[in-house]
Amino acid sequence: MTLLVWLGSLAAGFLGALTGLGGGVVIVPMLSLVFGVDIRYAIGASLVSVIGTSSGAAAAYVKEGFTNLRIGMFLEIATTLGALVGAAVATRLPADAIAVIFGVVLLFSAYISSRPHKTPLGPEGGSRLAARLRLAGSYPGAHGQAGYQVRGVPGGFGLMFVAGALSGLLGIGSGAMKVLAMDQVMRIPFKVSTTTSNFMIGVTAAASAGVYLNRGYVDPGLAMPVMLGVLPGALLGSRLLAGARTRVLRTIFAVVVVFLAVEMIYNGATGRF
Amino acid sequence: MGPQGDSEVSEVSVVPGGLEADHRLETVIATLLRSGVLLATAVVFLGAAVYVLRHGGERPHYAEFHSEPTDLRSVSGILTDLSGLSGRGIIQFGLLVLIATPVLRVAASLLAFALKRDWLYTLLTLIVLILLLYSIFQGLPGLP
Repeated sequence: MTLLVWLGSLAAGFLGALTGLGGGVVIVPMLSLVFGVDIRYAIGASLVSVIGTSSGAAAAYVKEGFTNLRIGMFLEIATTLGALVGAAVATRLPADAIAVIFGVVLLFSAYISSRPHKTPLGPEGGSRLAARLRLAGSYPGAHGQAGYQVRGVPGGFGLMFVAGALSGLLGIGSGAMKVLAMDQVMRIPFKVSTTTSNFMIGVTAAASAGVYLNRGYVDPGLAMPVMLGVLPGALLGSRLLAGARTRVLRTIFAVVVVFLAVEMIYNGATGRF
Repeated sequence: MGPQGDSEVSEVSVVPGGLEADHRLETVIATLLRSGVLLATAVVFLGAAVYVLRHGGERPHYAEFHSEPTDLRSVSGILTDLSGLSGRGIIQFGLLVLIATPVLRVAASLLAFALKRDWLYTLLTLIVLILLLYSIFQGLPGLP
């Protein structure tokens, strides 16, 4: 079983990196539907691997200068608080309910990540609150450093709390939700949104992983093949993403995601967890 | 003061704390994250080798939740198991290193903001750090 879980996790990390939805989105349904693992063990193992992939990728992005450390730090208050709440709720909800919520969130995440991005604000139009928090920044654009402003701070902060809660409840990175908050609500440039989101995922997942560990939902025998599989899988996926022909792969994966989501909802609603 | 000195002063005054300091923090964070993940992977891999050698043939039961034994659920318990060199103990320690990596990153940011006398962000970072430490070190007593 360990070897099969390792192979599955390798594929999950690979697919998660390709779509930007993260490995957790595949790991949790795979472990619970295919291997019959209790969904809370699956979530515990997934969270640990999410920390690994996020931290590994963040190291590269931070050096490239896209990540906005201030925005990340400020919003991490919302995501860690949310993660603690989400993880606490997960230990009280029945497994079937978690599965149904997982499926719904998965569909929603796939939908929002397929939507077009909002035009970023550029150097004008920031809000006063954003100015007080000094959230504005710049990133390496096509013509040198490009400055940008930030707005919608309370709305973004609120959405980040929700993203954190879902991460703690479902064992996923909630990257799509974080990007929604930053790209659509706070109007931060897309590349900055995705890299800062990824930067925050590690801290958010660490907050909920602590809760899962203390409640006994992190099993070394299960988390080991998951972590050792997802990490190289994600590395491979992001390498391929840098190349061409991702359109076909993305379409295939979108189908896989919808299938997984429907399976989770169906099995949860019929009480099979 | 020469022209070179002037340009340095004006650049620093644009962003409080200075772009260079920000860049140095970015490099420290990147190194920290990468070494944390590498170390955790190495430890988990080592533990996996020990674990598979001893338990490779067994079929674990994850279908029902029965909670991990107490020693695998707390920081001090994991450290005790580690000294016994059990496969599961080593793996769990590796997972703990991985969980600690983002926490260390936040601690490093806290130090950096404090050194820059950026008190607003020192405070914000401190809140995040306290939340994380609460999550990891929360004892079992008092929690249902």
